[in-house]
Amino acid sequence: MSNPSGQRGVHWFFKGARGITSLPAIILMSAFVGFCGFAVEAGIPLGQTVFMTGMIWALPAKVLLVGSILAGVSLPAAFITVALSSIRLMPMVAALIPEIRNEKTPTWLLLLLSHFIAITAYVFTMERIRDVPREHRVAFFAGFGMTVTSANIILVAVLYSTVANLPAMIAGALFFLTPVYFLTSIWASTRDRAGHIAMLVGLALGPIFHQIAPEFDILYAGIVGGTLAFFADRFWKSGARS
Amino acid sequence: MINYETFDTWWWPYVFIAIAGWLATDIWRWLGVIVGNRLKQDSAALTWVRAVATALLAAVIAKLILYPTGELKNVPVALRLIAASVGFAAFLIGGKRIWIGIVVALGLLIGGQLLLGSAVLSG
Repeated sequence: MSNPSGQRGVHWFFKGARGITSLPAIILMSAFVGFCGFAVEAGIPLGQTVFMTGMIWALPAKVLLVGSILAGVSLPAAFITVALSSIRLMPMVAALIPEIRNEKTPTWLLLLLSHFIAITAYVFTMERIRDVPREHRVAFFAGFGMTVTSANIILVAVLYSTVANLPAMIAGALFFLTPVYFLTSIWASTRDRAGHIAMLVGLALGPIFHQIAPEFDILYAGIVGGTLAFFADRFWKSGARS
Repeated sequence: MINYETFDTWWWPYVFIAIAGWLATDIWRWLGVIVGNRLKQDSAALTWVRAVATALLAAVIAKLILYPTGELKNVPVALRLIAASVGFAAFLIGGKRIWIGIVVALGLLIGGQLLLGSAVLSG
């Protein structure tokens, strides 16, 4: 790794790793304090809580898995619940991959690194990736993803025994931080008009589909809202041209 | 039916978590890599996929605010909605600075609860 390109790669890996002190990473860690409290309350042992943090990584999926364990549901039922809630990861990963890879990036490396993609990594990367030279984007993402995941694994392990004593108002604020942060940061990192329309339509459709089809609400809101936004944007463009 | 408590061994819960947790999430990530590898930058297909991803996230946000888990449940829904909306407006007015939105929203949420709490105590 003594060639200049390898050294640059290491440089960008550490630049990504430094994202641990960014606002998205700090907010995610606060949300993990909340999750840790939830796991303790649910009676999930320390080892399993840490294992979940590393292996699942996406926060909503973990909350649902703990909920399924509490309810005593069967393995296939728990699998389906978590899998349905995680379908959203697919379009997120599919949208992120064309931004970070180059022609030489091997697919096995992307498959491996995709594990670190969840909402926070998506937002962080979409916000900053344009300023990273294309050949170093994979290194930059790997640095961020691996560092943030490891930091939260350690955080959960360290906090497990003390987190139950959190005051109610602070715990509530920690749960509120995540949606407010997503709302503002996704808006700020969206560059195209279709994305802004999709955001507004999705906000409205989420609760509507929750009333109609609570099991699949997120999925329906995403596909219907995203498609509506896509065509509204096309229509707008063609209107401007004629 | 096989569930979390079926086998009384130390390793069974880990197998349960690996199948119902890790496999159930990572299959979507792997499929995302396969689809994303075929999408060209600046193509219409990528714009659509990105719009779907954004709308999905927006729906998650709306649900986290309207149907929360944990302690946030005890905060009145009107206060949650006002705090999030005013926070978002402050973010837009303040030149899209994320920290402004967060400070305003959390300030309203905590301040509102303190006000409501003192109103209940004195009333």
